[in-house]
Amino acid sequence: MHIPDGYLSPSTCTALYALAISAWYAALKRIKRMFSTRAIPLISVFAAFSFVVMMFNVPLPGGTTGHALGVAVAAIVLGPWGSMLAISIALAIQALFFGDGGITTLGANCFNMAVVGSFVAYAVYRTIAAAADLGSRRRVFAAAVAGYVAINAAALLAAVEFGIQPMLFHDASGSPLYAPYPLHVAIPAMMIGHLTLAGLAEAVISAGMVSYLQVADPGLLRGSASFAQSAPASAMAVASASEKRLWVPVALLMLLTPVGVLAVGTAWGEWSAADFANPATRTQIADASQNELPPAAVPAGLHRLSTLWTAPFPAYAPAFIKHPAFGYLLSAMFGVGFLVLLSLIPGAVSKKWQRRELRT
Amino acid sequence: MSHSFIASTLRGFTRALSKALVSEQVSARPGLLQQLDPRVRLVGMLALVLAVVLCRRLDIIAALLGLAVMIAIASRVSIASLAKRVWLVIFVFTGLIALPALFITPGSPVLILPALSLAISAQGLRTAILLVLRVETAVTFTTVLVLCTPWVQVLKALRSLHLPAEVVTMLAMTHRYVFLLIETANQMFESRQSRMVGQLTGPEKRKMTARTAGVLLNKSIDMSQEIYLAMLSRGFRGEIRLLDEFGMRARDYAGLAAFLFVGCAAAWMGR
Repeated sequence: MHIPDGYLSPSTCTALYALAISAWYAALKRIKRMFSTRAIPLISVFAAFSFVVMMFNVPLPGGTTGHALGVAVAAIVLGPWGSMLAISIALAIQALFFGDGGITTLGANCFNMAVVGSFVAYAVYRTIAAAADLGSRRRVFAAAVAGYVAINAAALLAAVEFGIQPMLFHDASGSPLYAPYPLHVAIPAMMIGHLTLAGLAEAVISAGMVSYLQVADPGLLRGSASFAQSAPASAMAVASASEKRLWVPVALLMLLTPVGVLAVGTAWGEWSAADFANPATRTQIADASQNELPPAAVPAGLHRLSTLWTAPFPAYAPAFIKHPAFGYLLSAMFGVGFLVLLSLIPGAVSKKWQRRELRT
Repeated sequence: MSHSFIASTLRGFTRALSKALVSEQVSARPGLLQQLDPRVRLVGMLALVLAVVLCRRLDIIAALLGLAVMIAIASRVSIASLAKRVWLVIFVFTGLIALPALFITPGSPVLILPALSLAISAQGLRTAILLVLRVETAVTFTTVLVLCTPWVQVLKALRSLHLPAEVVTMLAMTHRYVFLLIETANQMFESRQSRMVGQLTGPEKRKMTARTAGVLLNKSIDMSQEIYLAMLSRGFRGEIRLLDEFGMRARDYAGLAAFLFVGCAAAWMGR
């Protein structure tokens, strides 16, 4: 199914490159987020593994052999995004280093086999396996069907790409310029081989590998490479380096809180009900409001609401601290600390959930 | 051969390794392409492949095939092995695919085969020749590029074309571990074959192949973990820096200009 150069028109190749590049971009972003710094060695070695598995001759019923792509196993172990990248890299090396598959058609090959293949395999596997036990026969069956359907979906796409060529690209005499067969010839011609040999090879290798992993390493079947997401402590430290950089401005802001003590006047709009009665504060309000005098009486709404809630640090100065400036500083630092604590809770809870998922 | 599926897999591994070896030998020869900057080779050959794909005239594609052969000779690529490993394989494969097009493409008949009651149409003949010639020419350019450029240089050239550093690193690492994993799989199959007496049944053969793939997967995942730890120990922080020490000389600029001119001219003349 590796389409060589010359079978597809440049505009078809460009369109499929654009689709593949968008998928790679999204996948790369997701994978970096999921695996942090582990992504590069994991995807690279998995791509090398996929490349070698593509060379295996898979014995089929009837005595023949066929080659598999390994896309279902990649999607089951790495998740669709990781699988898409690993299979694409394997295909790129086949094209660029071994000359298997074209360069102008690399986008098409990757889109058919790596992008669509991975998503179809993952969706079929998840649908059939549902919540079945990691060691159940249902998962083996799901893997076989996922491999079979994925390879046939990719072949169908390739057939459609071939089939539209004579319709869109022909010369004045009617000679097709690229792949010569229309859809009604290209689709059956492509599908016969894939519905039988290639699909079967993919089903055999997918089912066989899942059955082996159920015994040897069930952790790999948990999906989306959950085995790799619990990166070692050192990696976590590296990953959170950028988060750490965020703490610098927070610390700086905390150190700057004394500036608030130096500020004169009143913060516009942050008045309490009592401020309206105090002549000194009334003058400050008027100064801050372009000499517009505040109303003589406390506005009714403000008066009603002001009794609803009394902050733990009223007016930023706890009762037991007599010096207002010291109280202000303490309040500021306490406030920042409280917010930091609040922001850490969701992170801790999500980590706990992740650990729980990994245990099951 | 009793275990032909193992033997053919092993043959596949050997073929891949020998291909890599031939590429290493050819790229070390003092030829035309080898003396040009890898970026010029990559961009030049890609431009010519693109011209082949854009071209709609048979004579222009034939001229480009002639150019590809001349570049191959000047770059000391063996024409005999090119004919055997590339041209013949493509002729058989694409030829088989193109053959029915001779008869089923509607158009004016040029040759009637009364024995088979089939007619070859002019349009069918043209499309079949166009397909085979186009694939042969594009693959010749790609093969010459691959044979004359070590993988490391291909990667650096890709990097200078602004491919993301992560992608280039992954391509480099994958290529490196492909050979290690081929070696590992080779040893697994050989050791299994040396211990087998008699015939395996169909299901046993399939089980064995899938299990070998499974073990290889386990080994790969373990290896990726080890590589990752090794990277961390050397100070990897998720940022990738690649050396880029290419320098373009006058002849590189001349080569690039020549490739681009020929590519554009061919695409324009063959439109």
